Amino acid sequence: MIKYTQEIVSGTWSLIVGLAITIKYFFMPVVTLQYPHETLPMTPRYRGHIDLVFDEKLGGTKCIVCGSCQKACPSNCITVAGERPEGAKLKVLTQFTLDFTKCSLCGLCVESCAPGAIDFSKEYNLAGYKNEEFIFDLLKRLEAKKS
Amino acid sequence: MSIHPEVLRLLAFLLGIIGFVAMNAAYLVWLERKEAGHIQRRIGPKEVGPFGLLQPMADGLKLMTKQLIVPEGADAILFKLAPILVMTPAIMSFVTIPYGETLVPRNLDVGLLAVFAFASVNVLGLLLGAWGSRNKYAIISAARVVSQNVAYEIPMLVVVVTLVMITGTLNLQDIVIQQAGGFWHWNVFKLSASPLMPVAFIIFFICMLAETNRAPFDMAEAESELIAGAFTEYPGMGFGVFFMGEYANIVVGTSIATILFLGGWQCPFGLFPGVHWFMIKMYFLIFTVIWIRWTYPRTTFYGLLNLSWKILIPISFFNLILTSAMLKVF
Repeated sequence: MIKYTQEIVSGTWSLIVGLAITIKYFFMPVVTLQYPHETLPMTPRYRGHIDLVFDEKLGGTKCIVCGSCQKACPSNCITVAGERPEGAKLKVLTQFTLDFTKCSLCGLCVESCAPGAIDFSKEYNLAGYKNEEFIFDLLKRLEAKKS
Repeated sequence: MSIHPEVLRLLAFLLGIIGFVAMNAAYLVWLERKEAGHIQRRIGPKEVGPFGLLQPMADGLKLMTKQLIVPEGADAILFKLAPILVMTPAIMSFVTIPYGETLVPRNLDVGLLAVFAFASVNVLGLLLGAWGSRNKYAIISAARVVSQNVAYEIPMLVVVVTLVMITGTLNLQDIVIQQAGGFWHWNVFKLSASPLMPVAFIIFFICMLAETNRAPFDMAEAESELIAGAFTEYPGMGFGVFFMGEYANIVVGTSIATILFLGGWQCPFGLFPGVHWFMIKMYFLIFTVIWIRWTYPRTTFYGLLNLSWKILIPISFFNLILTSAMLKVF
């Protein structure tokens, strides 16, 4: 009889404790982030697809068209092309495309780049209907960044 | 040609009750989702309309546009009848409920009895629907619903008998009028009649949760074991009507708890009694029902029956004997 009563009392008490916890949570502010309406700043170590770095001093890319990123890429995603204008000493970048459908974000291209012309972007809103939408013209993205 | 005012009065009450039940069924779903969200520190529905207020309408439209399929081998008549059998008695129970001093559709002298008579049809509806849908999960669920309701109707009715012994009437309006003049006159605090009155209220509340198949006693639709129990085979609005019936039953249950124990439309301080006090108390109890659902996990079936037969029934009978002794002595 004592054990029976004890069980009822302790059981009821534990139920009340449970209710107290949930009502406390009910009045606490919500912690969910309403994603499409609000976003958090992306962490600096996030690896998006690669992007050309905009250099303030040069007013453009730091790329010297050495092609080492193209060689370093294990999946052959990167196509780099450049030409030397009349009388100029260095090559000028004319094409830098990334086939993101094959990219595994290994970062070997970023490591191999001696002048530090490419880096990971913070792009994560990537969705599309066609393969072609994921072949990025990085030079065009750089032009867009400039303006 | 003139229409008798009584006819108009009944028509107004009929429309009012059906509107009240339908609005409650729709917006209690919204309240449930909002409250569940905040308890889990989420927001709940917010996209459809301001604060997600149009969400129940969207859900209702979606259910209504679905085809009503009667599964092969099912008993078509019972299958279609069952949701109506759950919904109708819930609406009928509202007929005797006094919302205010003059706001009562039909002030029956056997009001309390009528409500409990209608409430027991609810189980029959679930049983027939589950049986008629010819589904093994539904039949297990039906067996559970019936044994659960048999187990919980006993302590509930014993508590109500105790209360009727104190009040001496089955008329719901008279029960409310007896509790006038401050919260210390409410039946839940009537310690002179029986020191166990608050316990009786808790027993009544627990039994009401079990009768309406609410968590933690929702053995009838235990999703993890029985898919959706009795509702497994129901498509579209068949399921929707079951769902509305469940919420309508919660409104009936909390209304009865308010009337029997919390003084109905009486003000706790004896000032300005009216329909607003009834609503405040009723919605507070509904809030508690939802709060309990999102606090406790579902019990086992044995736990459910043990709670009723080993704890609630002995205590309610003890309360009955104690009350009758005290009524005789004092």
